Amino acid sequence: MEREDNFNAIKHLYSRAAFGISYPSLKNLSKKNTVKVVDELFKNADKFEELKSVNEDEIREQMALLSSLGSRKEFTTEEKEKRQEITRSQNERSRTLNIDWLMRMVNTSAPLREKVTLFWHGHFACRSNNPMFAQQLNNIQRKHALGSFKTLLIAVSKAPAMLQYLNNQQNRKGRPNENFARELMELFTLGIGNYTEQDIKESARAFTGWTYDAKGQFQLRPNFHDEGNKTFFGKTGNFDGEAIIDIILENPKTAHFIARKFYIFLVNEIPNESHVKELGDYFFSKQYDISAMLKKMFTSDWFYAASNVGTKIKSPAEFLVNLSRVFYVTYNRPQVLIQLQSSLGQYLFNPPNVAGWPGGKSWIDSSSLMLRLKIPSLVLNDGQIDFSGKADPEDEAVIALDKPANAKPKPKSYVNAQSDWAKFLGSLPKDIKPLALAQFLLQPPVNQKIAQMISDNKGLKSTAIEVTSLPEYQLC
Amino acid sequence: MKRRDFLKNSVFTAAGTFFVPAFMKPFEALALNELSAYKNLVVVQLSGGNDGLNTVVPFGNDIYYQKRKSIGIKPEQVIKLNDMQGLNPNLVALREIYDQGWMTIINDVGYPNPDRSHFRSMDIWQTGSDSDQFLSTGWIGRYLDSNCETCKLPYSAIEVDDSLSLALKGEIKKGIAVKDPNVLFRNTNEAFFKQMVNSSKDNLDEANLGYLYKTMIETSSSANYIQQTSKIYESKASYPNSGFANQLKTVSKFISSSLKTKVYYVSLSGFDTHVNQLNQQGNLLKQYAEGMSAFLNDLKQHEKLDDTLVITFSEFGRRVEQNASNGTDHGTANNMLLFGGKLKKQGIYNAAPDLANLDNGDLKYQIDFRHVYGTILDKWLDVNNQNILNKKFQTMDFI
Repeated sequence: MEREDNFNAIKHLYSRAAFGISYPSLKNLSKKNTVKVVDELFKNADKFEELKSVNEDEIREQMALLSSLGSRKEFTTEEKEKRQEITRSQNERSRTLNIDWLMRMVNTSAPLREKVTLFWHGHFACRSNNPMFAQQLNNIQRKHALGSFKTLLIAVSKAPAMLQYLNNQQNRKGRPNENFARELMELFTLGIGNYTEQDIKESARAFTGWTYDAKGQFQLRPNFHDEGNKTFFGKTGNFDGEAIIDIILENPKTAHFIARKFYIFLVNEIPNESHVKELGDYFFSKQYDISAMLKKMFTSDWFYAASNVGTKIKSPAEFLVNLSRVFYVTYNRPQVLIQLQSSLGQYLFNPPNVAGWPGGKSWIDSSSLMLRLKIPSLVLNDGQIDFSGKADPEDEAVIALDKPANAKPKPKSYVNAQSDWAKFLGSLPKDIKPLALAQFLLQPPVNQKIAQMISDNKGLKSTAIEVTSLPEYQLC
Repeated sequence: MKRRDFLKNSVFTAAGTFFVPAFMKPFEALALNELSAYKNLVVVQLSGGNDGLNTVVPFGNDIYYQKRKSIGIKPEQVIKLNDMQGLNPNLVALREIYDQGWMTIINDVGYPNPDRSHFRSMDIWQTGSDSDQFLSTGWIGRYLDSNCETCKLPYSAIEVDDSLSLALKGEIKKGIAVKDPNVLFRNTNEAFFKQMVNSSKDNLDEANLGYLYKTMIETSSSANYIQQTSKIYESKASYPNSGFANQLKTVSKFISSSLKTKVYYVSLSGFDTHVNQLNQQGNLLKQYAEGMSAFLNDLKQHEKLDDTLVITFSEFGRRVEQNASNGTDHGTANNMLLFGGKLKKQGIYNAAPDLANLDNGDLKYQIDFRHVYGTILDKWLDVNNQNILNKKFQTMDFI
């Protein structure tokens, strides 16, 4: 019995802190106690490998070319074509970056690091048309995912993608732009209601002159920086951006805000306030050490309480990665992953706004649920989707430009993916029953109804497809 | 039963039956036949930021031609509506609609501190938020959440598309995306899906799992209802062959078969015309006008035009001055086009854009779009707009 409890606990841990687990690893780890398993999860996550999807030299060359053209009023046809070509190429690189990250999540041996990167991706939500900027920010979030929140926060605040997205490039002495300062406090650290409008005005001045240069590197421009005194949270001084961040971190409300968001991401969409306080206090006492707080979370009894197991709605990224990881899926036409993300409502690198994806029940409506229920049979059984997601305005404009008014609808797209069934089935015990397979694949307890549905044993393959097509599979 | 409980229960059940005079009843307690149960709203979204100044052209203003040297629509091409404004020639199909009194143009609709990002500004329009406020529910979604007598069905709002826009997502309730009722019907009637729906009674109490099953059951019953109700009706009207016209044809099928749906949502995209605007916008406006004209005449034919209000918006207008690539860049305020058989103020609703008085090269808005929404919510959908827009917006006079 104890063995079975441990089996379920570790399955739960891997479903939240990672993207699922293979049967042999689960079997193996079930022999160890939870603390050891958690330690091992962190040890595997020590490995930090940058995502190197976008060639920075290529983008820098394009940026140089664009800025040499940029100041002129009229462009020659050739110059115009060059500019369009660069936009097209960068959009293409952005899509590849997206797919490369998704496949990294599917194949990584450091799943905790990628999972927490995904958390920061939503927390520091940002869009950039420049794929190099997007990749830089993603790598910052990956590098510091499990380190010090302060280091992470400073690095994100200096990232060109963020400086651009929140208009800090325009934040200058005498003409402050408050966008970054506001979001820093409202969404990244303290949460709404814990600062005044005056705090925003004063701190915006401290971030004046924080810009990036033509090569896409952070640059403090002294000429644009406001050297005057600022009064922030009752303190007065010639603060710069880092000093402001220090003052924000001195406030334990920041620790609680981050802890609460992690709780919602990893434990339960409805936070238990006493657990959140426990985590937040600990995070603060550990000087914002992210790993320390997460270890505490994963070793707390409440993390494994029944009310927290199999009750969270998977985000589209979690859903796609988990399915692809468990069944060793390869996508022969990876573009379909973009279409799926967009149709399911989570197109990575393209959050709806700076507040990120709202998550929880908002992932689910009639059409996204129907598609989710259909995807396993499409991906695992190589079907086609009758579905066209909403495209970006820029992409649409390009498409509309050479589309006649009576254009036919786009052809159906084929998922064209293969799962390695031999590998998946081979990883299972020889005598495994459909019921046990369902229990392995699903996080919520397998009830009578499901047991009955799969009792007419049509083989493990069809059981797996049936089980992953259930509403229960939407939960983790 | 305790006395307090009894009182509570009896008030609850009796409200709106005989104790409360009709004029004091909240909207929610009105009987179905007292409400405009058959009125419906069609929202048409033009995505990408449609250039309003080349849609309804201020040909009477010299500044327009000064700012738009190569892409200004020449006076002789404009379909003149008065001395100042007229329609883009690609909208010729709307001429007759306009002359019938089925069209209203509201100039300069926008909001304070406009945002020029497509995504952000579209969110603002779809959620009805302030420009520095992030809402995760749409204005139609919150209308559904209000659970009014005529909007509590799972198919009270339909988007004719594959996926659901934020506008139709509420906290508790959401609209349903139906591109093709037959496809949805087929999908929800697959053996495996039916088996799941039929065996799902026990899960409904559990929070998230219950929500998933509830969504599934509602989708299934909506798919059945929509398909069964709408299949009896086949439109004989001829529509142009475009994706947009097809969406409108589907909406017409739904409206004409008296589906109990209140809000329909369709969209046409591609309006982000930074380059070579004349051709691109021209094509799109032609599709728009021809589709709308077929749709409105179809509704008229089926005596549904008086019960229908159509509104068209885009996330922003474009800058007054054209750019160097014969296009226009992201701007601010824009016109909204309204259609229906029961418009109170037909034709041009308010003054043409003041091109001499710009804000940094952009139009200043005259009317906050939430006054338009508020008017529709109050006067057409019978709910108090304050409950949906989070503050009270004065109503306007177009319906």
